[in-house]
Amino acid sequence: MMATKKISEKEIRSLLEEVKDPEIPVLSVIDLGVVREIKITGDVTEVIITPTYSGCPAMDVMSENIKKMLTAHGIGNVKVTSVLSPAWTTEWMSEEGKRKLKEFGIAPPHPIYKKKIERLFAPAEQVQCPHCNSNNTHRVSEFGSTACKALYVCDDCKEPFDYFKCH
Amino acid sequence: MNSLIAYTLHLADNALILGQRNSEWCGHGPVLEQDIAITNISLDLIGQARNFYQYAASLINHSDGTAANPASEDSLAYLRTEREFKNLLLVELPNGDWAQTVLRQFFFSQYQYLLFQQLQFSKDEQIAAIAAKSIKEVSYHLRWSSEWVIRLGDGTRESHDRMEKAMNELWAYTGEMFEPAGYEKEMAVESEKIKKEWNEKVRQVLEEATLTLQPASEKGSVFMHTGGKNGIHTEYMGHLLTELQYMQRAYPGCEW
Repeated sequence: MMATKKISEKEIRSLLEEVKDPEIPVLSVIDLGVVREIKITGDVTEVIITPTYSGCPAMDVMSENIKKMLTAHGIGNVKVTSVLSPAWTTEWMSEEGKRKLKEFGIAPPHPIYKKKIERLFAPAEQVQCPHCNSNNTHRVSEFGSTACKALYVCDDCKEPFDYFKCH
Repeated sequence: MNSLIAYTLHLADNALILGQRNSEWCGHGPVLEQDIAITNISLDLIGQARNFYQYAASLINHSDGTAANPASEDSLAYLRTEREFKNLLLVELPNGDWAQTVLRQFFFSQYQYLLFQQLQFSKDEQIAAIAAKSIKEVSYHLRWSSEWVIRLGDGTRESHDRMEKAMNELWAYTGEMFEPAGYEKEMAVESEKIKKEWNEKVRQVLEEATLTLQPASEKGSVFMHTGGKNGIHTEYMGHLLTELQYMQRAYPGCEW
């Protein structure tokens, strides 16, 4: 059995910076805001995470990869627990995460759109194109390649792009 | 089986079976964007079902810690028989055409939205947490399906006729939502309130969609099919499960 190394919460957090969302590999679980808490009790290290969307298939992979990452760094007794409440929101995404998203070509969630649009046939949020920064864009589909994204097209540079929806 | 377990399974089964039905559209949607939309909704529903099944499994194992094969989300989804499923009949009906699929989604999402609004304040913390998490997704489904009902109902003659036909097919399955099964009565859900609000909201959308309003889902005023909540299903349910459970039935315990 591997000896358990004493490690601080801060060190664990920096290891988790290396665990990426398999669907959006520029974002770490820390950037995404899914890591809620790190508890070190005796020799047990518990990482408490919360899912983004109920059906997001990437969550199981992230949970496995958190375990692998910490175990690979000599942390013996790792437990990953998923809690649902309070429900995840894009407000928990880090500023660093939003910057990385944009660089990757995905428009980051914009806090202006935080207010839920309940009205039917409401115009889609105006989202800035991550490629040419034009605001002259339109929504093609409210649902995209993953649960968290909508599909947009820029009317200036004509590039299609994903928008990480406010949730 | 206690009421909380039965109720949790009922919520899980509703979500799983509608998720399974919607997933049949994968690769067959009328246009690519809507194919993606309906399968995204499917994914949300299956995710909600998983959360409810995981909770139900923990309750079952807690009440019977000695079972040789402890319950899991997989055993509850893949290894129960038709009579053990407690979903509404509405969600197991075949998809029909796009009109019927979106109308059913609208009826169900409106119901789920009102139900989860109450359940997020449930005394049971885990039910409350799943409801609060899910309602964010359900509000998307509700808006999307409402828009489609209006777009098709108030669309061309063809789309309008298809929506009318869908109304005739589905309306008689809406009453079951508001007739509490035994296990629901202990959950402190105000189903009369949900029914009243559901009727108001649905009426608004149907009016805007220029669709013929059916008589309100009052008991006695119009025949309503019931039974699903207590395991008495339509002929379609067995076929649906045959496909859903095929892998685990053919290769018990298989993983990939």
